[in-house]
Amino acid sequence: MSTIHVSTTINGAPTDFVCEHDETLLDVLRNRIGLTGSKEGCSSGDCGACSVTVNGRLVCSCLVLGAEAQDAEVHTIEGMADGPTLHPLQKAFIEHAALQCGFCTPGILVAAEALLKEKPEPTDEEVRYWLAGNLCRCTGYDKIVRAVQAAAAEMRGV
Amino acid sequence: MTTDTKRNFKVVGTRPNRPDGVDKVTGRAMYGADATAPGMLWGKVLRSPHPHAEIVSIDTSEAMKLPGVQAVVTGADFGDPESLFVSDVQEHCMAKDRVYYDGHAVAAVAATSASTAAKALKLIKIVYKPLPHVTDVDAAFAHGAPVIMHHRAFEILPPGTSANATNFCEFGHGDLHEGFAKADLIVERSFRTAATHQGYIEPNACLASYSSDGRADLWCCTQGHYHVRDLCAQIMGMEAAQLRVTASEIGGGFGGKTSIYVEPVALMLSKKSGRPVKMVMSREEVFRATGPTISSSMDVKIGMTKDGRMTAGQAVIRASGGAWPSGTMEMGAQAAFACYDMPAVKTIGWNVLTNRPKESAYRAPGAPTAIFGVESVIDEMSQKLGLDPLEVRILNAADAGTLSSYGPTFNQIGLKATLEAAKNHPHYKAPLGPNQARGLSCGFWFNFGGNTSVSLAVNTDGTVNITEGNPDIGGSRASIGMMAAEELGIPFADVRTIIGDTASIGHNDTTDGSRVTFAVGLATIRAARDAIQKMCHRAAQIWDIDPDAVEWEDGAAKPSGPNAGQFPPMTIKEIAANAFRTGGPIAGHHEVNADGAGVSFGVHIADVEVDPETAHTLIKRYTVFQDAGKAVHPSYVEGQMQGGAVQGIGWALNEEYIYGADGRLQNAGFLDYRIPVASDLPMIDAVILEIPNPGHPYGVRGVGETGIVPPLAAVANAVTRAVGTRMTDLPISPPKIMAAKAAAGK
Repeated sequence: MSTIHVSTTINGAPTDFVCEHDETLLDVLRNRIGLTGSKEGCSSGDCGACSVTVNGRLVCSCLVLGAEAQDAEVHTIEGMADGPTLHPLQKAFIEHAALQCGFCTPGILVAAEALLKEKPEPTDEEVRYWLAGNLCRCTGYDKIVRAVQAAAAEMRGV
Repeated sequence: MTTDTKRNFKVVGTRPNRPDGVDKVTGRAMYGADATAPGMLWGKVLRSPHPHAEIVSIDTSEAMKLPGVQAVVTGADFGDPESLFVSDVQEHCMAKDRVYYDGHAVAAVAATSASTAAKALKLIKIVYKPLPHVTDVDAAFAHGAPVIMHHRAFEILPPGTSANATNFCEFGHGDLHEGFAKADLIVERSFRTAATHQGYIEPNACLASYSSDGRADLWCCTQGHYHVRDLCAQIMGMEAAQLRVTASEIGGGFGGKTSIYVEPVALMLSKKSGRPVKMVMSREEVFRATGPTISSSMDVKIGMTKDGRMTAGQAVIRASGGAWPSGTMEMGAQAAFACYDMPAVKTIGWNVLTNRPKESAYRAPGAPTAIFGVESVIDEMSQKLGLDPLEVRILNAADAGTLSSYGPTFNQIGLKATLEAAKNHPHYKAPLGPNQARGLSCGFWFNFGGNTSVSLAVNTDGTVNITEGNPDIGGSRASIGMMAAEELGIPFADVRTIIGDTASIGHNDTTDGSRVTFAVGLATIRAARDAIQKMCHRAAQIWDIDPDAVEWEDGAAKPSGPNAGQFPPMTIKEIAANAFRTGGPIAGHHEVNADGAGVSFGVHIADVEVDPETAHTLIKRYTVFQDAGKAVHPSYVEGQMQGGAVQGIGWALNEEYIYGADGRLQNAGFLDYRIPVASDLPMIDAVILEIPNPGHPYGVRGVGETGIVPPLAAVANAVTRAVGTRMTDLPISPPKIMAAKAAAGK
């Protein structure tokens, strides 16, 4: 099996890996780089548990090939906190009990961060539609929406 | 037991940050698929494309020749467990001579990479002889249906009963004939409910490592690692002590992770290859081969006086838990009328085999579908009699002293208070717009207690470690730690709770039946009391007074009165610091088979809007009222209520296992099996009531399951009122609404 050598940047760190030509970015992150924070819930782009950004664009990493990360900037949940300081979204999720099992949480946080970059003051409906591609089976989404809004307010300084 | 309801709680009832929160928002938490081991192989399963077939032959020789393949297993590698139950579980994990459903495991491979394992599966040659199949519950019950297994009936069934019938049950009291004779109105209706999946986002996964000395370690996502240990040890022919099972963080379960699927296969692959083996199910495998709920069909008949009092009720439930016997319909038959004070009631439950995967528990198993039928008929009768459906429920509600429909007499229960809270809530009186309607339903769950072990160590700095054995599925580490802090009189931050593996603490029943906050909480409180007693002894020793003259208050020992002596309180930190000089380490523990769980009731109000053109149903407003006994961490109690409600909404509107005429599952993925997404829903208002459970020191009742029970009927009743024709077949998808409207000429 021929493999591909890929040079990329993951959470700000220059990273090299080899992968099979049909290997997904999610499998690379989890099985080759050791970044298991991105989760596989479906491997078909339906659940959003593997959400990362590639060059700032929110994607399901199960639908991206590892090879596509060449020369790209990849951001995962592991890069969200600033060292020991949690991102306001991470803090808000804990404070608002917006996670139960926590499995969908990394993907939802990455997706919510992308939302707030684009729309610092979203309506509840905008939060719900933006996160419609991130399945959560535990919470019924109520506390997730509240936590995203609380973080958005904090980030706007209100 | 006395419940200290007048207690001025300091920690219980507050909302601290959960101790596993940071790990779970940073990606550090380790779930089933996140563990690795040196030399680890990847295991994959080959599954049957047939719903029912004889396995004529399996040839694995080509697969074994593929470079990188280290082991192949089939049913022939497994023995015959003594227990019929374990034998069924094993056969569900790996077929022997027959496959019983689309997706049934027939072989597995371990290889140096996942892609090699996948390639090897394609090299396995299997010859099947297809057999007639049946996947529909009513078809399987009918005379002449294909027989799935012979001689699996647990009861002597009446002559002429389908050979697929396995379980039968009957509950009730009173004279039905007399009851129906007193009724002014009798309504009889039939209902059907589709099988749904728990839909946990984390696929089942494990890492097994079997050593040549006969010992093994298993890491897996499960609701009950002791149960996994016991099942796998029996399947592998091991002694329990030689198999250590560690529960990873769990990415949802809802009952679906109370059994085993790939775990014994991974152990067998590891045993044969001599290397650790990781197995992660794909989402398609999760749908095809792990436990959906029962599918069901039921007939409900209720008699009512013109002022709304029920005089008699009857329900016959026909359920299927897949290709192996299932007793879930028994809980449905018990729960069907549990909310009401019935002068005469009778419920009958049947289970019948179908060519579907083995059913697994899903949040209040059996209750949602049974109660859907009963609550729908009550709604219809309220409409026909021109009565307020909430008043009808209040009039009939079970209360302390009511002989329940399933046998026991209720003690303190919260249904009437919950109904009154719903009646007085602004939601119930809020105006509705065009094409909108309101539905409501009661719900019930038994709540479990069960076998529990807790160990509580007092560290030398006076902080506390708790070791318990129930995977934390939704914040239980927080509630357990809070109860320990409450009892010890120390800050919550001074307590750290971990979930031990099967070798580190005594047996714990599975995290199921809403048992953990109740039973583990009870054992934790008693373990704390055990430690307190020991700490009081140490203080007495230092003060040189009688231990009986020492009491515990606010995290410190103190003389119980002026006669005991004049000593300032000695804090847990001081006692702990002196532990090595006063007799050694201090720890408390408690082991119990907890009873007194205290039943749970809830009431839901749903407002829907049904689009007249597309028949799409939108949930406009939703409120949950539920009795928590005492809410230890109210945020996570609300979370259980909200999450349960939304799962029930999914069951009511979207979710169903769809089998084709070929007996194959047609929607084994999240695109076609649609669980509710954020944009489908409004906020879910959660109103907690606290009617103390006399069986728990703080009055706690389990809260996990009741929330999924009412939504089925609450939503169905609302849609029914919106479209003007009764919806009796779940899920209430747009085509069904269109068809029902057309049939009613609307």
